[in-house]
Amino acid sequence: MLQEKYKELIDAATTAGVSNLQVREQDGVLYIDGDSPSGAVKDQLWNVYNKIDPDFASGDLILNVQATADEGSKVKVVTKSSNLNIRKGPGTDQPIVGKAAHDEVITLVSKSNDQWWLVRTADGEEGYAYAQYLEPVI
Amino acid sequence: MKKMLAILVIASLALCVISCKSKPKDEDIRKEVMAALSSNSALSGLSAEVKEGVVTVSGEVADESARSAVDAQLSEIKGVKQVVNNTTVAAPPAPPTNVPEITADDALTTAVRDAIKDHPTVKAEVKEGVIIVTGEIKRAELRTLMEKLQATKPKSIDSKGLVKK
Repeated sequence: MLQEKYKELIDAATTAGVSNLQVREQDGVLYIDGDSPSGAVKDQLWNVYNKIDPDFASGDLILNVQATADEGSKVKVVTKSSNLNIRKGPGTDQPIVGKAAHDEVITLVSKSNDQWWLVRTADGEEGYAYAQYLEPVI
Repeated sequence: MKKMLAILVIASLALCVISCKSKPKDEDIRKEVMAALSSNSALSGLSAEVKEGVVTVSGEVADESARSAVDAQLSEIKGVKQVVNNTTVAAPPAPPTNVPEITADDALTTAVRDAIKDHPTVKAEVKEGVIIVTGEIKRAELRTLMEKLQATKPKSIDSKGLVKK
C-alpha cells in the first residue's frame, strides 16, 4: 500500500541510478535507503517526496538516500549560507576547531561515523563536520 | 662366490628395508594430513582417508579458496600421490533480512540533538524510536530539517505538532 503511495518516488530512485536501493515496509512505515549518485538526485527525490506527501507530514516514510562520497575525495559545503563548523569530535557538544565556508570544497578523510564525517580543509584544519552539509563534487 | 651372493642378498634386503621404511604408511600419511588440516582454521572441520597414498578429503568448506587450499596443502605432504578433493563449498550466507535499521533511543537522541541544532525554534524528543518534533519552522527550512532527521534512521517521525510558517 505504501509502496503504491510512493511508487513515483521508488521509480524515480531506480531510474536515477540509486544504488543499494532498499525498500521495506514495517508497521505502517516505508523505509527507502540507498546511495545516490549525486546531490542533485537526492534533491530530485525529496521534491517527489514533498509532492506526494506535502510537508512530509504523514510520518509514513523514512527516506534515507545519501549522495555517496568516497574517502579521500573532495566534498562541497552545502550549508544554506553560513560557515560549516568543524569539530574536534563527532557531536555538536564537541569544541569547534575550524570552519569551512559555504560552497568551499574540502577533503573527506573518513566516514567512520554516519552523521559526522572527518574532513580536512585546504588550510589543513582537520575535524568532524555534519555529513548532511556535505555533498560529493562531481 | 657363495659369499658374494650372500652379501648381495643381504645388501638388497637392506636396501629394501630402507626404502620400504622411507615410504610412509597410509596411517602415517593420514596423521600428517589431519595435522595439516587442523592447522588451517578454514579446513579444520574436514575429514580424510588415505589408501595407498591417495588422500580423499571430504566435508564442507566456506568458499572456493578454502577448497583449493586443500589441494595445495595436502599435495605437499610426503607420500601423498594424489589428492581427491571431495569437499563441498557451503551455500552463501542468507541475504540480509529485509528489516529496516532503526537507531536505538540513546544514539537517536544524540543524533536528533545534532540534527536540530541549527533550527533553534524546533524541539524534538525521542520515544521508542519515534522522533516527536514540535515548535515551529519556516517552510523553506522544513526540508533541510526533515532530511537531517530522516538520516538519523528513526522508526518514524511525528511532525504533527510542528508549526510551519
